[in-house]
Amino acid sequence: MSKLVNSIREAVALSGLKDGMTVSFHHHLRNGDFVLNMVMEEIANAGIKDLTVNASSLFDVHRPLLTHIQNKVVTGLSADYISAGIGRAISQGVMEKPVEFRTHGGRPRDIALGRTPIDVAFIAAPAADKMGNCTGKYGKSACGSLGYAFADAMYAKKVVVITDQLMDYPLQNWSISESYVDYVVAVDAIGDPKGIVSGTTQITRDPVGLVMASHAAKVIENSGLLKDGFSFQTGAGGASLAAAKYLKDIMLEKKIQGSFGLGGITGYLVDMLQAGCFRNLLDVQCFDLKAVESIRSDPRHQEITAMHYAAPGSRSAVVDNLDVVILGATEIDTDFNVNVHTDSNGYIMGGSGGHSDTAAGAKLSMIIAPMFRARLPIVTDRVTCISTPGESIDVLVTQGGIAVNPRQAELKQRLVDAGLPVVDIHELKEKAERITGKPAKLPKGDRVVANVIGREGDLQDVIYNVPVKD
Amino acid sequence: MIRSMLFLPGNNPNMLINGSVLGADAVIFDLEDAVSPAEKDAARVLVRNTLRYMDFTGCQRIVRINSTDTAYWKADLDAVLPEKPELILLPKTGTAQDALTADAYITELEEKLGLPANSVGLMPLIETALGVENAYAIAASCKRIHALFLGAEDLTADLRCKRTKEGREIEYARTRLVVAARAADVEVYDTPFTDVNDDEGIWTDAELAKALGFTGKAAISPRHLEAINQTFSPTLAEIDYAYEVLEAIAMAKAQGKGAIALRGKMIDAPIVARAQRTIEMAEQLGLDRRDAE
Repeated sequence: MSKLVNSIREAVALSGLKDGMTVSFHHHLRNGDFVLNMVMEEIANAGIKDLTVNASSLFDVHRPLLTHIQNKVVTGLSADYISAGIGRAISQGVMEKPVEFRTHGGRPRDIALGRTPIDVAFIAAPAADKMGNCTGKYGKSACGSLGYAFADAMYAKKVVVITDQLMDYPLQNWSISESYVDYVVAVDAIGDPKGIVSGTTQITRDPVGLVMASHAAKVIENSGLLKDGFSFQTGAGGASLAAAKYLKDIMLEKKIQGSFGLGGITGYLVDMLQAGCFRNLLDVQCFDLKAVESIRSDPRHQEITAMHYAAPGSRSAVVDNLDVVILGATEIDTDFNVNVHTDSNGYIMGGSGGHSDTAAGAKLSMIIAPMFRARLPIVTDRVTCISTPGESIDVLVTQGGIAVNPRQAELKQRLVDAGLPVVDIHELKEKAERITGKPAKLPKGDRVVANVIGREGDLQDVIYNVPVKD
Repeated sequence: MIRSMLFLPGNNPNMLINGSVLGADAVIFDLEDAVSPAEKDAARVLVRNTLRYMDFTGCQRIVRINSTDTAYWKADLDAVLPEKPELILLPKTGTAQDALTADAYITELEEKLGLPANSVGLMPLIETALGVENAYAIAASCKRIHALFLGAEDLTADLRCKRTKEGREIEYARTRLVVAARAADVEVYDTPFTDVNDDEGIWTDAELAKALGFTGKAAISPRHLEAINQTFSPTLAEIDYAYEVLEAIAMAKAQGKGAIALRGKMIDAPIVARAQRTIEMAEQLGLDRRDAE
C-alpha cells in the first residue's frame, strides 16, 4: 500500500476541498517555504474560492497569497504572526474580513477544540515515507522540529504531506505518524534552505544592545530564580542572544544546572545544553543549523508540539513551568501592555507567536527593548495594539534603566538591593521624550483589519486599517 | 574617580545619546579627529546640546577640542564651556606654553561665565615626541592640569615607527608620562587599545598600563570598558590587605609602637598611603570587604 499521489493537484482533488473550506499550513520553513504558494496556486487553478487559510505564521515569501486574496480565492486568514510584506497590505485593507491573530498556544487549542476546524492540512515535510510518517530532522530542506504542524495533522479532516525527500518505509525517528496522514506528494523542492534556517545566529555587537543584555542577565541572576532546575526561554534577536551568553557565563561560574531551555531554539541554547547549563532542550522550532543538527543527534534535545509548548487550557503546557522568558516589543505602555503586532506607523509587522503564552506562564517575563527606536520612544501612554497584557509582563530592560511592574514589589526590591539601575516606567518614558519629543498620535482608520484573540480565546484587541494618505 | 574614558564621535547623535549608559566612568566628546573640517560647526552644536540636555549622572564629561594651532579651538571652548564639562582634553600639547595658552582662554571664559576659577580641568594629550620630552613641564604648567593623557597613534607616526599591539614602541613614552605626572601630582591616562575586534588583547594591554602606574585608560570601543574598569578597580584581596594595613597601624599606635610589620613586611608611610587610596577607591566603587569585621 502507498499513499503517494502524483501531484499537489491530485492531492487537492482527492482531499475533497471545496468553496468555503479551511486549509492549513505550518511555518517551519519560514521565509524559505515553497509549499504554501505551490498549494494555493493549484487550489486557485482548480477554481476553488472563498477559502480560509489558517497558517501558524506567514512570511514575506508568501506574498503571492495577496493575489489569491484579491481574486477571492482566499477570504479568511488566521495566523499567529504575519511579517511586514503581507502585513502592510492587510493594514491597507486588502481583506474584507478581519484577520484572526492567535498565539502559538491558542492556535492548536482552538484547532483541538473544534473552534477553528481545518478541512485540509498541507504539511511540508523535509523527510517522509510513502505512508506519511514524516519529520523535519532529515533531508536537504531539514528544519528540525515540526512542533507547529502536529495539531494540524491530528485534527484536520484530511492531511496531505508534501516532501522533497522520500525515504524508505518506515521512516526512522518520525515526528508525525502515518496514522494521521491521508496523502503523500513528492516534489522537487519544498523550500530554499537559505530561507529556512540561518547558518549561524549572531549575537549583537551593538554596544547599546550589549548594555541591555548585561542588565537582563543581572536581573535574572538577582531574581531568586537562578538556581538548580532553572528553566529559560529567549528569542533569536541580537540582544536576547547576548543576554543568553551572559547568563551562560553566570551559570557556569556559579555551577548552576538548569532543567530545560525552551522555545524556538538557537545555537546559543545548544551551546548552553552542551556546556551543562541545562539537562534538556524542549524545541518547538529550530532557528539555525546548529539547532537542527542538535535535535537530530542529541537525545537531550527534544521536539515538542505547539500544544505541549504553550496551549492554554490544556491539562498542562511547558510554559506553565517556565522560570524566565526574554521577549521583545515594538511598544510597551506605562501599564506594561506590549505590542508586537504593529510598527510605529500602525502597519501589521508581526504577531504574538509565543509572546503572550510564555509571558503568561513564566515566573519572570522580561522585555528587552531600547529606550527609543529611530525617532520614537519605546514607552508610550497606550500601545497601538495589546498583544500581551501588562499583567503578565514583569520587567522592562532598556539601556536607560530597568522598570519593574508594580505588581512585582518583591522582585523590584531584590533588583534595587543588587544595585541595578531600577527606574519607574513613567521616568523612562519622560527620559526618552526629552530627547525625541512627544510623538503625535497615529491616525487610526475606521475599519477593523485584524482581531487579536487572547490566549484564553477572548477578543483581546483589534487592529484598525492605516488610512491611505491622499 | 575615572578608570575608563570612552571616546564618542562628536558628530554621531546615536552614540552621544547613549554615551552615559555604556559603562564608562567618563566620556570624551570628540570634536577633533572624529570630525571632518566640514562638520566641525555641526558637531560643536551637537556636543553642546548633548551636554546641555542629556543626563550624565555618574559619568564625567570630557570634551576633546581641536588643538591650539587650528582655527577651531576657541570656538569649541566658547560652545562647550557654558555647559561646564569636567575636563577639556587638549590635543597635540607639545609644550607648557600650549597648555598655558588654553588655560588663559579657559580662565577668560570662566570669568565671563561666572564660573569658579579652575572649575573646568585641563588634560593635555601628549601625542608628539616633543610632548613626551616636555611631559613634566606640561603637567606642572598650571593648576588647571588634572591629568596627562597618552595618545599613541599620533605619537608613533611622529616617532616614525609602527604602532603594534604589544606596544614596545611606546614603552618609553608610557613610563615617561607616568613619572612626569606623578612628579607633578596629577593623574595619568593610557592610550586606547585600538583593535575593536580583539576582546582578549584589551585585558593584557590594560593590565600592562595598570602595572606601569597609570590611573586609568581610554577606549574607543564600549566593549573594552569592562576590561578597563575591572583592571583598574582594586581587587578584593587588595581591599582586604588595605584594611589590614590600617588596622595594624592603629594597633601600633595604641600600643605606642613606632613601627610595625604585617605579613613579614615593615609598614611604612607609602604603604599606608596606598592602603588609604585603595579603600577610598573601593568605597567609591561600592566594593565590599570580604571580612571587614
